[in-house]
Amino acid sequence: MDSDDEFHSGQSSDDFMIDDDSDTGLPEDDSDIDEVDIGFESQEKITKPGRKSYEVEFKVYSPQDIQSYQDKQIDEVSTILGQPPEITAILLRHMRWNKERLIEQYMDAQEQMLENVGLDQDIAGPPRIETKKNFMCDICCDDQPGLETFAMKCGHRFCVPCYKHYLSRKIKEEGEAARIRCPGEDCNRIVDSKSLDLLVATDLKERYQELLTRTYVDDKENLKWCPAPNCVYAVDCGVKQRDLLKIVPTVHCDCGHNFCFGCTLTDHQPAPCALVRKWLKKCEDDSETANWISANTKECPKCRSTIEKNGGCNHMTCRKCRHEFCWMCMGVWSEHGTSWYSCNRYEEKSGSDARDAQAKSRQSLERYLHYYNRYANHEQSAKLDKDIYIKTEKKMSQLQNSSGMSWIEVQFLEEASRALQQCRQTLKWTYAFAFYLARNNQTEIFEDNQKDLEMAVENLSEMFEKPVDQLAKLKVDMLDKTTYCNKRRVILLSDTADNLKAGKWEFNVELTG
Amino acid sequence: MQAGSGKRITKELGEIQSDPPEGMKVTLKDDSDLHTWQIVMDGPEQSVYAGGHFKLILVLPKDYPFKPPVVNFQTKIYHPNISNDGKGSMCLGMLRTDEWKPPNKIVAVLNMTRNLLIEPNPDDAVESSIAEVYKNDYKSFEKTAKEWTKKYAVGK
Ligand SMILES: [Zn+2]
Ligand SMILES: [Zn+2]
Ligand SMILES: [Zn+2]
Ligand SMILES: [Zn+2]
Ligand SMILES: [Zn+2]
Ligand SMILES: [Zn+2]
Repeated sequence: MDSDDEFHSGQSSDDFMIDDDSDTGLPEDDSDIDEVDIGFESQEKITKPGRKSYEVEFKVYSPQDIQSYQDKQIDEVSTILGQPPEITAILLRHMRWNKERLIEQYMDAQEQMLENVGLDQDIAGPPRIETKKNFMCDICCDDQPGLETFAMKCGHRFCVPCYKHYLSRKIKEEGEAARIRCPGEDCNRIVDSKSLDLLVATDLKERYQELLTRTYVDDKENLKWCPAPNCVYAVDCGVKQRDLLKIVPTVHCDCGHNFCFGCTLTDHQPAPCALVRKWLKKCEDDSETANWISANTKECPKCRSTIEKNGGCNHMTCRKCRHEFCWMCMGVWSEHGTSWYSCNRYEEKSGSDARDAQAKSRQSLERYLHYYNRYANHEQSAKLDKDIYIKTEKKMSQLQNSSGMSWIEVQFLEEASRALQQCRQTLKWTYAFAFYLARNNQTEIFEDNQKDLEMAVENLSEMFEKPVDQLAKLKVDMLDKTTYCNKRRVILLSDTADNLKAGKWEFNVELTG
Repeated sequence: MQAGSGKRITKELGEIQSDPPEGMKVTLKDDSDLHTWQIVMDGPEQSVYAGGHFKLILVLPKDYPFKPPVVNFQTKIYHPNISNDGKGSMCLGMLRTDEWKPPNKIVAVLNMTRNLLIEPNPDDAVESSIAEVYKNDYKSFEKTAKEWTKKYAVGK
């Protein structure tokens, strides 16, 4: 595992296969055109019946896929319009790849449209570099005889070095590609791809193509770039902005990164995007108050000796007095498995001690800290679990030697680690979600699910921290616990997603898309 | 970077000095530096800035004319499109990177600047509070602008 840990966490290759014939379960809007027409036949679809309610349909595309789809669309429209591909490409980019609208407007007012993109004169013959008599370049004021010059059909002629420099600046420094205008004063003509081919240095052509592909994805509502650093894939997903209060569209890029198609943040199921925005804003505003929480040391509630947390597990045992307690609530651990104890639920103090404004504000801070504490703790624990895994991975080879297990047989540790990462990511966001939930029966069910998942995770996490020489014996048990964790996570996510889709959650704030 | 950039600047400077735009004096701040120009612009007669002499600094970036010049008012001025933060930076459509075209000339920039003094553009303001006054209470705008002109731009 390398350092960009956020982006390799929690991907499970077989957990999220998609089913291509069922829809998102959301109302389809017939006026949205062009979205069913995704012609990536090369992409093999993986079908697995019974997609879970919190999963959405999506596809991952490589830059080559995007390029070929773009070319295919250009060819298609080029035949319909009777224009060469490079002109068609300009028109399509101008219309932000809405080909129906392009064809319609083109048929209505061809002249007007060509004029709008600076293609109003008839295009004949390839662009050429020429030398002109008595020429002075209006950019650099050079007037040497024999100076190479270039102009498009609009006639704005400049020396070749200036033209080239202008284009390379636009591409390199301003990141422009699809809509570079002629350098001539007040001229809106767009530089076509043949002219670019003639003037742009080979090393820049690649960058130019990249930028063109970028604008293609940027212009389409159903396509988004994977936000992982250096990732070149794009994801295709039909979930619309207006659906985001009803669904949390987590997608899984081929690079291993899980992100939300709605807001491109790292996976935040079960919390909807609008809630995530509110929560992150609140955390930012209150960061000073909450800072002390991220401390890695606390005092044992019984003997007051300092205890450092170095694994993800929240079940702590004091080295000195052997007292077992919970890192999050500092309560006795033995009570955590019981039905009456609730570590995850915030118990509202009875009305009497919150009469004045000060008490009220203290109580609302306490409430916030309860949720923030757990949110931050799972985030941190996921990191600590991961550190342990990295250490363990090194020891796995030792394990192979000492136990005679094969490499495949020690993969259970990786599976356990992955489950821990993924479940903690989910748990983290359940606390932001719960913070905004109104108190009712449904919330209680949610909290029960949350508690069950949390206990399952802590049990697995605890086992994970055992010395390597004990791990071999624990294999079967650990596999069971891993499966159980994943199962609890599916239950929680399915329940929240179903209710979200049905609009059944009652929040204590107003969420707007 | 371009071999011709010096030639272009020299040519523009020569033209501007032999035939200066109305109400302006243009010099180099330092004779050895072609890239920093000093301009004294008279407040246009028909404007609220009449009678004032405004000092401007115009800096040509290394990559001029591929990148637009940068213009700053050194004299304090009450105007919706000129920042009142001690920098006197000005927002002018043609000076934006995506609007600027390399054949655009400095003389055009200066003329646009002068026009902006005659006719501010409150919809594209850097000083939104001044823009509000300009739109809703022109009398009070006029009064302050004249006061500032007298205080900062006369006899200096
Ligand atoms: Zn030139
Ligand atoms: Zn032109
Ligand atoms: Zn990716
Ligand atoms: Zn989101
Ligand atoms: Zn203790
Ligand atoms: Zn607890």
